[in-house]
Amino acid sequence: MVGIVAAGAYVPLLRLQRAAMARATAWFNPGLAGHARGERALANWDEDTLTMAVEAARDCLWERDRAGIGKVILASTSLPFADRLNVGVVKEALNLPDALAALDVTGSQRAGTSALLAALESGRPTLCVASERRLAKPASEAEFVNGDAAAAFLVGDQAPIAEFLGSHSTTLDFVDHFRPTDRPYDYEWEGRWVRDEGYRKLIPPAVAEALKSLDLEAAVVDHFIAALPVAGLDSALAGDIGIRPEAVCASLRDTLGFAGAAHPLILLAQVLETARPGALIVLLAFGQGCDVLAFRVTDAAARRSKALGVAGWLARRRAETNYLKHLSFSGAVTLDGGMRAEIDLRQSPSMLYRERKTILSFVGGRCRETGTVQYPKTAVSVARNARLVNTQDDYPMAELRAEIVSFTADRLAYSPDPPSCYGIVAFEGGGRVMADFSDVDPDALAVGQSMRMMFRIKRQDGAGFKHYFWKAVPDYRPAPGDH
Amino acid sequence: MATGIKDRVAILGMGCSKFGERWDMDAPSLMVEAFEEAIADAGIDPSQLEAGWFGHAGNAVGPGAIPLAIALRLHNVPVTRVENACATGTEALRGAAYAVASGACDIAFALGVEKLKDAGYGGLAGGSRGPYYDAVNANVTAPGGFAQLASGYAARHGVDMPDLKRAMAHISVKSHANGVINEKAHLRRRITEAQAIDAPMIAYPLGLFDCCGVSDGAACAIVTTPEIARALGKKDIVTIKALQLAATGGWEAQGEGWDYSYVPTTRAAAARAYKEAGISDPRTELSLTEVHDCFSITELVTMEDLGLSMEGEAVRDVLDGKFDADGQIPCQIDGGLKCFGHPIGATGIRMVYENYLQLLGRAGDRQRQTPVVNALSHNLGGAPFHTICSIAIVGLQT
Repeated sequence: MVGIVAAGAYVPLLRLQRAAMARATAWFNPGLAGHARGERALANWDEDTLTMAVEAARDCLWERDRAGIGKVILASTSLPFADRLNVGVVKEALNLPDALAALDVTGSQRAGTSALLAALESGRPTLCVASERRLAKPASEAEFVNGDAAAAFLVGDQAPIAEFLGSHSTTLDFVDHFRPTDRPYDYEWEGRWVRDEGYRKLIPPAVAEALKSLDLEAAVVDHFIAALPVAGLDSALAGDIGIRPEAVCASLRDTLGFAGAAHPLILLAQVLETARPGALIVLLAFGQGCDVLAFRVTDAAARRSKALGVAGWLARRRAETNYLKHLSFSGAVTLDGGMRAEIDLRQSPSMLYRERKTILSFVGGRCRETGTVQYPKTAVSVARNARLVNTQDDYPMAELRAEIVSFTADRLAYSPDPPSCYGIVAFEGGGRVMADFSDVDPDALAVGQSMRMMFRIKRQDGAGFKHYFWKAVPDYRPAPGDH
Repeated sequence: MATGIKDRVAILGMGCSKFGERWDMDAPSLMVEAFEEAIADAGIDPSQLEAGWFGHAGNAVGPGAIPLAIALRLHNVPVTRVENACATGTEALRGAAYAVASGACDIAFALGVEKLKDAGYGGLAGGSRGPYYDAVNANVTAPGGFAQLASGYAARHGVDMPDLKRAMAHISVKSHANGVINEKAHLRRRITEAQAIDAPMIAYPLGLFDCCGVSDGAACAIVTTPEIARALGKKDIVTIKALQLAATGGWEAQGEGWDYSYVPTTRAAAARAYKEAGISDPRTELSLTEVHDCFSITELVTMEDLGLSMEGEAVRDVLDGKFDADGQIPCQIDGGLKCFGHPIGATGIRMVYENYLQLLGRAGDRQRQTPVVNALSHNLGGAPFHTICSIAIVGLQT
């Protein structure tokens, strides 16, 4: 039985308040006030599709052995690299073995479901991640609707929590919007045509065909996930198809926004957090045709791992009311960071490859004779009373809790979100590092504060290369024994 | 068994340029300004210099030590460039002193220079320290690296931040007052405690007035043996009593136990320097100090690391005025890095310059009225989590 073995998600801390967006743009387009409800998830300046993908995957794989994974797939329409295997970065951050197949899936709003289908049909344990940080023109409807987030699934045949029943796909070149490869923003056609000729005409027959092929009635569907950027459309489609209204899955429109190709998978992850064994799930995505997937929740769902999941990440939130900050983070405006912001530290690919375990995987060293843990790993152990040479074994540290030893909030250092906060953090079990902090409240930093590491952007250089590294963020997981 | 260089090296002459925003001068001109004072003070001809050490931490002059030889028009003299972060100046002096102490030459010199104010922006200029360093190190600036001493010290000793800020302010107020009467100093205005406490934040909890000047400047020392100094007609001979460096092995940042409340390399270098100088009680045997007050909190912590305050008592000692110009052991009687300024490669030599003047009674308006016997200077290169510390003790030959 193939299906979903584990699910995870990630939603960035910041939630841009739509009312604040409407206030900032009302002078230009008062009509946007109609979208002023709730909040949308906003990637911090140091987050992108890859960093969010890593966090969703860590949420999914929490406390699981990662050794058996045979393939990794990443779906997104907002990948940072056009030619560099994006999921390769995710693989390194997760410290997965090198013997692994990999695939980036992109190009449409159903990239997430198509990636999930590829994972389900791959014949080996596969990690499937979908992540989006879609940009939108300032003062556009899409800017209000979008939200940044990621979801991840471990797919395989080892005690799945949801069995994959089957799928049905259609493909036709229906251009509701498009984004050329050399432009940052979508170009959209009239919404009424998209709704009437696209969603309402193309989706119901595809769902009907999927159910028919599985010999199932629409009325027995327990969870209908129609992840579409238009409010209320999911319920209308359910009515068209004959699915019970109460089966329509919450859209997260007012708490997260619409996360593009990742959204169907985020909603699926959300459903899987609470769905009862035996429940029938129908998952739909639309983008130049449809993917319709059906799952049945299994008895194994009772033993599903309790990482944060969609609900946990949504609860970890900070309201952001500064529209200009959003414009700056998304690159729509360039603020004057002074000459210090112009310092261009270029990437050395030869160095990055050589040190990838240290930099991307956050692997330190543990002395096999004294047990001393240190980061980074070095030829000579740091232990002052045992100067041992070449005795350190790889020691993954990304999942370890840490405590602040020292801290500052630096307004001299350039940061897109000043002050630049950093300090020494000491890990449980040994080892320490002078780390940049992210997602912190500069006024609430304290010696002894509990932190965890997250995969983030360190800088982007003048060649356009993004440098990724690990930063310390306030602890977001339950303390050991609490779960 | 080596016993050190105590009293084996005499300072024959010293010079120091005016520090500050020297928009009018390039680095070679600053070198000449310091050198001409030193060579006149030494009373020798430049042709008598047998070797030179050039301290320059930045990249403002050109390759190697060649710019030193060209600036001073020293032909075919062996000159060596040294760089050891903020300990660069003292490192240059060490090269010259060891050359004399070893008998390799009779007269040698050290000259440090920095031209920082062509960067175009405030603070120290940033740049790559190598791709691996850039990849795995946090976005640390100098104030951010030293500011963390405050968080560590406050946590270790249970000090409330407002109390610590008040002691830090006292340090800066004192150094500004000292700088006012030093015509070579960069910053020569008094400030109040309230100004220091309320100043814009640079790196929490360091405000603007907790940070030293970023300055252009040069300083020079000419050294020889005490015997030659005497033969050249010098009556009061200032000798080097101790010259020690200690670099971290990386324990603070990578090992277990350091809490960022003190600087271990200062303690190690101080212990060795006191031993070399034969000092057993620094609190009574040191007349005054010039310490690396790149930031106010550094000076406070250094008072404990040098053994001039008991652990946890520097806040009280500072507020009691123990290190004021008229206190028990004045610190930065010339204004220090805070107000004399901090042209990195020159700083260590500038400190010895002040101590040399104080020992000879030549410090003018800022001359210490009680006898000056031993004077200590101290530098910290890097940041507290990975430091190089240098300590020089000079005194009158008895």
